[in-house]
Amino acid sequence: MSFPWAEQYTPKNPVMVWIDEKLPLPRLAYNAVGAGYPVPRNLNYFWNFGVLAGLALMIQIITGVVLAMHYGANDLVAFSTVEQTMRDVNAGWLMRYAHANGASFFFIVVYLHIFRGLYFGSYKAPREMVWLLGLVIFLLMMATAFMGYVLPWGQMSYWGAKVITGLFGAIPVVGEPIQTWLLGGFAPGNASLNRFFSLHFLLPFVIAGVIILHIWALHIPGSSNPTGVEVKGPQDTVPFHPYYTAKDGFGAGIFLIAFCTLLFFAPNFLGHPDNYIEANPLSTPAHIVPEWYFWPFYAILRAFTVDFFFVPAKLLGVLAMFASILLLFFLPWLDTSPVRSGKYRPTFNKFFWILILDVLILGYCGGAPAEEPFVMISQVASAYYFAHFLIILPLISRFEKPLPLPGSITEAVLAKYGKTDGATVAVPAE
Amino acid sequence: MVRIGAFLVGLFFAGWLLVSFLMGAVAYVSEPPQPTVEHEFHELPKHVSFSFDGPLGGYDKQQLQRGFQVYKEVCSACHSLKFVAFRDLEALGYNEAEVKAIAKQWAIKAPAVDPATGEASTREPMPADYFPKPFANNVAAAAANNNAIPPDLSLMTKARHHGSAYVYSLLTGYQAQPAALLKEFPDSKTPEGLHYNPYFANLNLAMAPPLTAEGQVTYSDGTKPTVDQMAKDVSAFLTWTAEPKLENRRRAGLATIIFLLIATGLAYMSYQNIWAEKKKAA
Repeated sequence: MSFPWAEQYTPKNPVMVWIDEKLPLPRLAYNAVGAGYPVPRNLNYFWNFGVLAGLALMIQIITGVVLAMHYGANDLVAFSTVEQTMRDVNAGWLMRYAHANGASFFFIVVYLHIFRGLYFGSYKAPREMVWLLGLVIFLLMMATAFMGYVLPWGQMSYWGAKVITGLFGAIPVVGEPIQTWLLGGFAPGNASLNRFFSLHFLLPFVIAGVIILHIWALHIPGSSNPTGVEVKGPQDTVPFHPYYTAKDGFGAGIFLIAFCTLLFFAPNFLGHPDNYIEANPLSTPAHIVPEWYFWPFYAILRAFTVDFFFVPAKLLGVLAMFASILLLFFLPWLDTSPVRSGKYRPTFNKFFWILILDVLILGYCGGAPAEEPFVMISQVASAYYFAHFLIILPLISRFEKPLPLPGSITEAVLAKYGKTDGATVAVPAE
Repeated sequence: MVRIGAFLVGLFFAGWLLVSFLMGAVAYVSEPPQPTVEHEFHELPKHVSFSFDGPLGGYDKQQLQRGFQVYKEVCSACHSLKFVAFRDLEALGYNEAEVKAIAKQWAIKAPAVDPATGEASTREPMPADYFPKPFANNVAAAAANNNAIPPDLSLMTKARHHGSAYVYSLLTGYQAQPAALLKEFPDSKTPEGLHYNPYFANLNLAMAPPLTAEGQVTYSDGTKPTVDQMAKDVSAFLTWTAEPKLENRRRAGLATIIFLLIATGLAYMSYQNIWAEKKKAA
């Protein structure tokens, strides 16, 4: 894998030599995330978020396994076992708040990771498979997060489960049987809670497996970089360890500071108060909203208010919501520009920032009640979302005239530090 | 092929969304949405300050004890506190013997089984017991309260936006319906048996004003039991019942953040150190 100049694993300790002969696992780790993986030397801080997403997954798995030891997946006791964990389990409150906020931070870093991929064209050849596997991880995360939110069995858990499984009910003819099959009943109940718990425990390990494939696929072409120019020789790369392990260590510190600030000082800031009310099938909350990381998609779902001939508006909303994510799978073939990095694509750049603003507006509308003017705003914003990916992007990549690219990664780095002639005079960094 | 298909799908979704937008906009202009009475008259909670405000604030144990007294003498007649046990009261500064006495003297007895006959009976609560519920079940609760079930209060301050201030505002917010409201919305007169309160989501609340007169409880620490003071104290108490580990959490948080700042500073320095050569011009 990767480049011919990659450092080779040469164990010196006899124990490590012995292990390497029998099972070359240390060698695998060395080549994957150690000194054996050459990485472009010019990565910026946006390249930290992959490692941070891995860290967030580990936090979720560790806190989640502990929480599962104290949780009762039964609709009669689920809510009170969560409360007992908060009150009577040693550091139970810490595990619970870390898990709830950890989910949010997992999405924050993954959204920034996706943002990086979109802006710097990381999805383009030869890294299409990395992008596709990343989207599979994203879908699995959404399913896991949704089912996890049901487990505390609060009002939003219950009604969220009802609304989301109701989406399948919008499919003609087979919809309602599918919804009943998913829930194990006609409404969310003990059967739903049990299967959601089972799947919520399983899926993170599936995510971990797909992450291995994601990294494997990444190591075949090697990491992308902010210029989008491919690596041309050893001068363009540095070994992952110690260079990027050190940088990721600093990134992890910043991540943990932000995470712990919310976890310890505002643990309910991102949650909804209604989820501290036990699930009650007889009382519908005034506004049913999912967690913040689903808001943009929820806005697209609710933006369809008019039937299209025989297709009901609700079904259109469901199709559009799924389409809004599935279209990302086609991105490598929709954006045909040979230039990867948005830095060198003036037209793409403008539309890209409109898209980011658009998604933020969708997010705001998705969290707001389904009233005017939010519905009208989400209609325009959703229209732009689809137009951007499906119409504008293919056209831009056809007609845009990109800016001149640097000749190599090293040339770009040297230009940044103020020297291009390769002279030996040392100039202080920055 | 992919791009032609994408173009058509994009055109359909974007086009139909714009059609929906136009139809919505026409409806919005021709029939602007009518303001509702809740929109016009619902008020956000009042500003009120507590010892636990701010990132490092903690509970005032004296205040929590006073608030507990208000709960005991007023609220507990109708509202349960099912996630709180008598033993938890030690966090309010009571010692073991005092907690034992509080449990023993509690007005509502704990459910039990008569060891001789096996029939349902009651016994005096013990420190290990959770606060006994005032009603045997929801049917009994609804029957005794004009068909409204008094909610459990354990998590009330976390189950509402601006919880502590909300409880305080609700308790001190009862008033006569404003004349302007009746003029603008003549159909919205508070129904018989309900009580007008602008801090409640739908403005009319089944609970009668619980704190009505100064001196309704007698504080042993000499604090003047005004309605405002009692409301504030019980809001503080209910903040503790909802978040009993608040002080542990903030203390642990402070230590964690200090540790992380130092660790991140060191991580930054080693990052700079390792990269020093690479960040120079060659």
